[in-house]
Amino acid sequence: MSTDLRTDSHPPRVALYNNPKVRSLVYQVVLCVIIGLLIYGAASNAIENLRRAHIATGFGFWDNTAGFDISQTLIPYAAQSSTYGRAFWVGLLNTLLVSALGIVFATILGFIIGISRLSKNWLLAKVAGCYVETVRNLPLLLQLLFWYNAVLKALPDIRDSFKLGGAVYLNNRGLFLPKPSALEGFGWVELAFLAGIAGAIGFRFWARRRQARTGQQAPVLWVTLGLIVVLPLAVFVLAGAPVLFQSPQAGRFNITGGMEVLPEFVALLFGLSIYTAAFIAEVVRAGLLSVSRGQIEAAYSLGLQPRPTLRLVVIPQAMRVIIPPLTNQYLNLTKNSTLAVAIGYPDLVQVFTGTVLNQTGQAVEVVAITMLVYLFISLTTSLAMNIYNRRVALVER
Amino acid sequence: MAISDTELVPTNGGFVRREFLPPQPPPVRMTGAFGWLRENLFSSAFNIVLTILVALLLAWVIPALLNFLVIDAVWTGENRDACHQAVQGRPIGACWPFVWERLPYFIYGSYPIPERWRVDLFFALLAFGIGWVFWLDAPRRDLGVVYAFVILPIVSFILLHGFEAIGLRVVDTVLWGGVLVTIVVASVGIVVSLPFGIALALGRRSRMPAVRLFSVLFIEFVRGVPLVTVLFMASVMLPLFVPPNFEPDKLLRALVGIALFASAYMAEVVRAGLQAVPKGQFEGAMALGLNYPQRMRLIVLPQALRITIPNIVNNYVALFKDTTLVFIVGIFDLLRTIEVARIDPKWAAPVTSTTGYAVAAIFYLVCCYGMSRYARAVEARLATGDKR
Repeated sequence: MSTDLRTDSHPPRVALYNNPKVRSLVYQVVLCVIIGLLIYGAASNAIENLRRAHIATGFGFWDNTAGFDISQTLIPYAAQSSTYGRAFWVGLLNTLLVSALGIVFATILGFIIGISRLSKNWLLAKVAGCYVETVRNLPLLLQLLFWYNAVLKALPDIRDSFKLGGAVYLNNRGLFLPKPSALEGFGWVELAFLAGIAGAIGFRFWARRRQARTGQQAPVLWVTLGLIVVLPLAVFVLAGAPVLFQSPQAGRFNITGGMEVLPEFVALLFGLSIYTAAFIAEVVRAGLLSVSRGQIEAAYSLGLQPRPTLRLVVIPQAMRVIIPPLTNQYLNLTKNSTLAVAIGYPDLVQVFTGTVLNQTGQAVEVVAITMLVYLFISLTTSLAMNIYNRRVALVER
Repeated sequence: MAISDTELVPTNGGFVRREFLPPQPPPVRMTGAFGWLRENLFSSAFNIVLTILVALLLAWVIPALLNFLVIDAVWTGENRDACHQAVQGRPIGACWPFVWERLPYFIYGSYPIPERWRVDLFFALLAFGIGWVFWLDAPRRDLGVVYAFVILPIVSFILLHGFEAIGLRVVDTVLWGGVLVTIVVASVGIVVSLPFGIALALGRRSRMPAVRLFSVLFIEFVRGVPLVTVLFMASVMLPLFVPPNFEPDKLLRALVGIALFASAYMAEVVRAGLQAVPKGQFEGAMALGLNYPQRMRLIVLPQALRITIPNIVNNYVALFKDTTLVFIVGIFDLLRTIEVARIDPKWAAPVTSTTGYAVAAIFYLVCCYGMSRYARAVEARLATGDKR
């Protein structure tokens, strides 16, 4: 019996095509070539097609006059004089406005429902569960169409609009509110507000230092509320309420003056907030459940009351689990705001990828710019999230 | 209850009972229905207020829903007059005759009436495939997968699109609509996204830098942009990228967009599953001398996919809801057929829109809720299987 143990340290000779390094290199080169060919083919086809259709290329259209109206503009915009570039910014700001407000409402509603689902009150928990199951299983587009076409468009027309104190009108053309405009002396209120924020931050810092030193706690919440809310209000009253409300005036066919909130905006805000709240509720519930029972029992055995236990033990640990998926939901909300195009709210996609694309025909440039905007928002958010995650990650042995 | 002297035993300094008393039942107020109510609804002042508020909310919502869907609903009628409050002189709920008349349109769109048996057959074949693949105790599920992912797509295409050689008239996709299109878009997304998602997930975890780079770029790009822009890209840019004489069908463009989008999301779901497979499994497979395709096919993927079934199904629920977005690029899915039907002058009444949306809501609720219940059942089953 002979044993053939290799004693030499040379690796066994293998054929070149069996060498893993060579193989992986070949695979990668083949992949690169295929993708390169695909891109080359697509690009040359695109150039050929554009030339045939006599469509201009490049970003020259950016400075051309737009010539179309936009129903909601946060910055000055006029159809006859503004450019496509201006229209882009108008659309982007509208997107950001509805996303920011949607995030605020969805967070409030989502936290309430998520906590309700864990409530000891059986009825409340069941109703919250029902809300989540129903809203999550219905397409957002259906919900938007329902709010817009079946609820807001079914409101009475201008002559029969709902009135509230002669200053607020609600009809199928939108919600008309008094428009506040600042008078002389309003600057003091703004100043007081800023000072209140600065004071609150300072107080927080001082309270934390003192607690670390002496163990005494300070009523941070009440002082913060007082500084940020009560102080500006007091200054507002002292300055003689320097705000003028311009009420909308109802005519026969039109309502003039005041502040107009488009029904499209209301429908989109409602739909986005209600839909995303259901997902946020699940995130919050999962986060609260992730704090183990032992943590709460340990806090009780240290003599903490239920309220400080929640504030000092449960919430900080739950937040670590909640915040990453919560940010994801915020991103989803922002991306879902593109459904505005279905109900005609002038967001980035409706204005830019819709109207501008149709007018210029420059599909490649317009779609690329739109995608880059959303990509930028997504990537910066996930970058910030990664930094946050690294900061709060559990340090394990 | 008086204690007799015989039960008490004198000890030094007192009397001690020798036998245990039988335990008394808990007070009536803490048990039964009354105790349950007290415990779960009225345990504190705050809870009482909450219960009353929620009960008021329910008392407002439930009768309104019932009134609309059943009690005040119109069940028979010929046209809009049946569903008009002014004509009927009573409050009107859902307008069911409208739905009844338009139901074929909601299901088939404008698919030619003599050819609609093909759609019915497609639904039946699909239901059979779904049952085979998703019923965990079905026999020969490996064949079921082949059927669902290879045979069914080919047969369905021939059946729905038509094939002159075997006598099936070609039906142009502009005629397709309603539930048919919703199901086709969702099925294509489901069937395409799984293999592509697996490939992308493996690519993202590959040791070859070029493969990894392309996978990451694709996944992060698609996940970073909204589906609406992907669909816009597919519908306006795709025709530019293909040779001039080859004009892709409108439905096909939307399908490409949906498939790309679904694959990127599926890749992340599968990647989570791959990460949950212990490293020892990879190493063990290598030690057995298996090559890469064998390792993945025989050892890693079966384990990774098994634990991700619930997430895959949840992903399908999201995809199913997202199919409504093809509406925006002008495809006649269920929601779009409802949008078209609800503004038909024949049935124009204040309740028509809400009725139409109620139909869509019931359809999506049943489908999506069913899928998520399935995901939860599988999760529970896997949990018991893994318990030691």
